[in-house]
Amino acid sequence: MKALEQLMEKMKPNKDAKFPLAYWVWDGTYTFLFTPGHVTKKGVHVRDAVDLKRTMFTVIIALLPALLFGIWNTGHQHYLALGEFTALNEGFMDKVIFGLIKVLPLVVVSYGVGLGIEFIFCSINKHPIQEGFLVSGMLIPLCMPVEVPLWMVAVATAFAVVIGKEVFGGTGMNILNPALTARAFLFFAYPTKMSGNAVWVSTDVDQGQQVVDSFSGATALGNLAETVGKPVGDAANDSILAMFSTDGMYSLYNSFMGFIPGSVGETSAVAILIGAAILLITGIGSWRIMLSMLLGGLAMGYIFNAFAVNDFMTLDPIHQIMLGGFMFGMVFMATDPVSAAQTNKGKWIYGFLAGFLAIMIRVFNPAYPEGVMMAILFMNVMAPTIDHFVVQSNINKRMKRAKVATA
Amino acid sequence: MSEVAEKEVKAPKEPLFSKKNKKLLTDPLNDDNPITVQVLGICSALAITVQLQQAIIMAVSVIVVLIGGNLTISLMRNTIPSRIRIIVQLVVVASLVILVDQILKAYVYDISKALSVFVGLIITNCIIMGRFEAFAMGNKPWPSILDAIGNGAGYGAILVIVAIVREIFGSGAISFPGMGQIKFLPEAVYEAGYMNNNLMILPPMALVTVGIIIWVQRSKNPELIED
Repeated sequence: MKALEQLMEKMKPNKDAKFPLAYWVWDGTYTFLFTPGHVTKKGVHVRDAVDLKRTMFTVIIALLPALLFGIWNTGHQHYLALGEFTALNEGFMDKVIFGLIKVLPLVVVSYGVGLGIEFIFCSINKHPIQEGFLVSGMLIPLCMPVEVPLWMVAVATAFAVVIGKEVFGGTGMNILNPALTARAFLFFAYPTKMSGNAVWVSTDVDQGQQVVDSFSGATALGNLAETVGKPVGDAANDSILAMFSTDGMYSLYNSFMGFIPGSVGETSAVAILIGAAILLITGIGSWRIMLSMLLGGLAMGYIFNAFAVNDFMTLDPIHQIMLGGFMFGMVFMATDPVSAAQTNKGKWIYGFLAGFLAIMIRVFNPAYPEGVMMAILFMNVMAPTIDHFVVQSNINKRMKRAKVATA
Repeated sequence: MSEVAEKEVKAPKEPLFSKKNKKLLTDPLNDDNPITVQVLGICSALAITVQLQQAIIMAVSVIVVLIGGNLTISLMRNTIPSRIRIIVQLVVVASLVILVDQILKAYVYDISKALSVFVGLIITNCIIMGRFEAFAMGNKPWPSILDAIGNGAGYGAILVIVAIVREIFGSGAISFPGMGQIKFLPEAVYEAGYMNNNLMILPPMALVTVGIIIWVQRSKNPELIED
């Protein structure tokens, strides 16, 4: 360690260069590897060890279960489509290796493009590199379908970092969650690669292999969207609903464990809940947002149950929130401290509406099965307004009290 | 009194393209651009920049209406009672827009259909009313014409830039009035995995493109930056 630190010190480039890219890259790497050498100069201060970098790292650790499960599940879904290793415990290494081949490039592209742009902006604006992209760079591949072309990930990442973040002033200034911005960009720009039934499961085959006949490749929500517009109990829906019964492909157990097709990191509620536990224990994720979003989703689910106009609405609310990106969005996207509401009361409203709208969009508009993304982005936009009203109501309350006291 | 008289004597001596008049023509192209600096006429800029041919026709229409309107208003400026000046301005711009609309329908029907309601909406384009109020009401006909050309061209320039960006990335093609859409990307590019960006065809991306133009313009000219 000591030797490395000395080596780094020796390599320190000139800070006052005309285009100090080298210095800030060095500075970023240095503070990444060692603690920054800043010391409080005046007075007595208690310094918490949790700074931006450690916060970001905790989130990365919380994301690891979802990532690791996503890698295995990518392989699992691929071999299911081929009809090989169909049991869960078979071919573990094959599945992991296949998943690594598919998922790692997404991660590398996302980090490479995103950090590259951050470095360039830092050296233009002459400020140290901020760690904000560490988490976004991991979230982006996790909310992508596995078959999305790499150049699209690169374009989306560049869009998210430049238009979603840097134009507003960089880390901590963004209105929208950068990872969701990237996803929404791809969803509208290249819909054929972000929805439908050709992108969620990798069907690359070697010679001699072929995809089994019954393979469809659609996600659970994609299937459910087809039931919208038909009355409850329509015979055409029977085959779809069978997939959601206890022994079907999208049974509650399978959806909870995550053995279903979907974006890389979103399928497994278990892996996501482990991440949620890490975030909650360390106090980094807001429990108010998670809980209120969960309640919002369940509330909308039960309202739909009460009306039950089509088969999508009759789905059990617990099952409903296990599907798609609801859990992933709830734990990792909605809780983004920058784009979420800041006040405690505001967090309740923000989270509840995000969950409520997510299920509503999903069921009402079959063209957007992934309502969670839209709902969270929408609430990101509304968050400052919510905060404004919460703060104002508090001010008004206290003003009234002050008046009573003086009167 | 003497001051006013002096000015009126001086004015005819001014050459047709004096420095002041040239400024009327060139300022709106960059430092005083109606779209990127004054932020006027944004909605049409978002709505009809999907294809270059539409943008060009729209830009020409606006320039024609603006020149005709500015000239008319400037000629009438001393006779218009100030209390009903907005109504008079509306009548002038409405009749000009109807003329333009009829001409478009007669000669370029396809594009006229694609532009749909936005030709009619030139009436409410803030740039036009803005120039009538801010310039033509207080200036002589010749500077008014120059001002109209300048502002119309400034508007048109942004429209054309946005349309080129959107059409190239959104449709992989470029179109000119009378020539239709020319696809210039070879099939091999698409086979290699490239796809047209659908978001470019949707209005939000026009907003982002205009935003990027504003960003570039302001970083080149720090005087435009407000706090």
